[in-house]
Amino acid sequence: MSEIRKDYVRPLDIKHGQVDMAHGSGGRAMAQLIEELFAKYLGNEYLAQGDDGALLPHPGEGKLVMATDSHVVSPLFFPGGDIGCLSVHGTINDVAVMGAEPLYLSAGFILEEGFKFADLARIVQSMAAAANEAGVPVVTGDTKVVERGKGDGVFITTTGVGVVRPGMELSGRCAKPGDVILVSGTLGDHGMAIMAERESLGFESPIVSDTAALHGLIAAMRASGADIHVLRDPTRGGLATTLNEIAKQSGVGMMLQEKALPVTPAVNAACEFLGLDPLYVANEGKLVAICAEQDAEKLLAAMRSHPLGAAAAIVGTVHEDAHHFVQMTTGFGGKRIVDWLSGEQLPRIC
Amino acid sequence: MKFIDEFRDGEVAKTLAAAIRDEVDPGRSYHFMEFCGGHTHAISRYGVTDLLPANVRMIHGPGCPVCVLPIGRVDQAIRLALEQGVTLCTYGDCLRVPASDGLSLMKAKARGGDIRMVYSSADAVALAQKNPDKQVVFFAIGFETTTPPTAVAIKQAAALGLKNFSVLCCHVLTPSAISSILESPEVRQWGTVPLDGFVGPAHVSTIIGSRPYEFFAEEYRKPVVIAGFEPLDVMQAIRMLVQQVNEGRAEVENEFSRAVDRDGNKKAQALVAEVFEMRKNFEWRGLNVLPYSALRIRSLFAEFDAEKRFPLEYRSVADHKACECGAILRGVKRPQDCKIFGTVCTPENPVGSCMVSSEGACAAHYTYGRYKDV
Repeated sequence: MSEIRKDYVRPLDIKHGQVDMAHGSGGRAMAQLIEELFAKYLGNEYLAQGDDGALLPHPGEGKLVMATDSHVVSPLFFPGGDIGCLSVHGTINDVAVMGAEPLYLSAGFILEEGFKFADLARIVQSMAAAANEAGVPVVTGDTKVVERGKGDGVFITTTGVGVVRPGMELSGRCAKPGDVILVSGTLGDHGMAIMAERESLGFESPIVSDTAALHGLIAAMRASGADIHVLRDPTRGGLATTLNEIAKQSGVGMMLQEKALPVTPAVNAACEFLGLDPLYVANEGKLVAICAEQDAEKLLAAMRSHPLGAAAAIVGTVHEDAHHFVQMTTGFGGKRIVDWLSGEQLPRIC
Repeated sequence: MKFIDEFRDGEVAKTLAAAIRDEVDPGRSYHFMEFCGGHTHAISRYGVTDLLPANVRMIHGPGCPVCVLPIGRVDQAIRLALEQGVTLCTYGDCLRVPASDGLSLMKAKARGGDIRMVYSSADAVALAQKNPDKQVVFFAIGFETTTPPTAVAIKQAAALGLKNFSVLCCHVLTPSAISSILESPEVRQWGTVPLDGFVGPAHVSTIIGSRPYEFFAEEYRKPVVIAGFEPLDVMQAIRMLVQQVNEGRAEVENEFSRAVDRDGNKKAQALVAEVFEMRKNFEWRGLNVLPYSALRIRSLFAEFDAEKRFPLEYRSVADHKACECGAILRGVKRPQDCKIFGTVCTPENPVGSCMVSSEGACAAHYTYGRYKDV
């Protein structure tokens, strides 16, 4: 005579437990991790399918946009966010600035042996909250574990898929002489928040990362009817690098007005202290918009009426230039180049 | 930013520019050397030259710490990291200075060298404290501004009894570099570098004071105006230099009186004198071997001297043949006169040291001013 024992598996010890190699083995431990942590927080009808890939409905008319972004930020938790919400926002923004409506995300986790479940849970919850708020579900994912010392806690790669409706495509190739350049808010907040948090500096500051999903702001901007030619999120390398990329892609030159650039006093002071230039410091919740001259004010008003664009400003203009230089009239009254970022200003900021 | 923005005010700049325009003698030209890389950077970044009359020309000087660092010294640091297995700490700009065999400290790091960027010499001491089983070497570079912090680090290590901390001392002296320029045949005999005066160092002068420059004013009849690193400081200093030249004066004047006095920081000077002594000779990039132009660690602190702790022979290495850094550091050539400027030599792949630091003449011109060349 036999008695079937009650189906009981001891749950993951989220509070005190740590990732071990078995959690990436593909076996029972991994299944448990997925079920009790990833699926618990990120769960949705597509993830629940439980197959190797997600079966998604046809997105309707238009073209697909796909973007991917790996996140290795250090520290994992910083004022204003963490690697979890950052990995959601970053990829949504990459899809959104193409003119697309972001629809789905995938998430790949590389975990380091010994990483605390408590930290992982915090990160996954933050991802879930960001994805929920944005209305873009994580529909498929992957987990790998590497030996202690071969990773740095957790790395997250997210891929986003969206659909761009016919005629709504945007590209960095479309800036034209005469266009006006706008930014959606203050520059350098994310990079300096990370920098301030790094232990080797140890200065206290009220600088908070701006990490945010921008598709809502973009929808509001497009609803204004303004003739937008280019959108881009100035992440690594900051505004300077992003504008140089666009200038090269579009074959134009640009002239910025230093006095018009929005930078918070705290970021300005921290940059001054460390010898950094806010123009090269990363943003994770800001965008650059380039639009036809006659629509600039209309677009600015639309940006300012959205919470993520409250500090939006017109910062420069596009002109013909065979050398594709981005230049700036300094607050001092002189002129200078705003060059590509050279070397690395701040490593591992996203 | 309070106390900063005031010195970058565009309206005041316009007034100063107008005053300089009124005061210059249109019948002559004015050539002033800004000694410091900090001034070079400010001039390029804020577009100061756009506000100057055409007959006032600025010549970039050698006061950029990493620019004057000879290849042989960077090689020593790399050897320490790769061959001796030490943890080598240094300031950020140093990491990209090109060395022998296509290496730089950054490339040596990629090859497995334990090389760390620090913001302060104190970070290097802390690292040694935290890792008692690792030898930590601080690659100490720079002029008089960065020397006192290195002295503090050595004294701190001595007080803590650290057995795993040492310093590769490459600190150099500003007055020696100025003498070398004034003594160069280009300035003294051939007149190929016309030089009517100096914008004197800002931060260096907070330590050494304005007195050391008096010799240059008296002996060489060159006016010196010590100036802060903000663009308005530079403009004001240029105006004061123009006035001295017009009136036939050659004096040391101090525009940076909010931070510099005649005697400097005596406490820092005493600290430096306690820990360091003069080297008989030191090789500079561009200026060759200059006698009594650099510091070494006194024998009292010999145990913290990396050159004594490790087998480190100094080997002088010639610059790349096409590189004009030497001539640029002496004010003989401008960055755009170098054949490889902006083509082979760029901030991403610097051939010479002047393309490395943001204070280097080539990097400053490439990053901020090259639109003027096309």
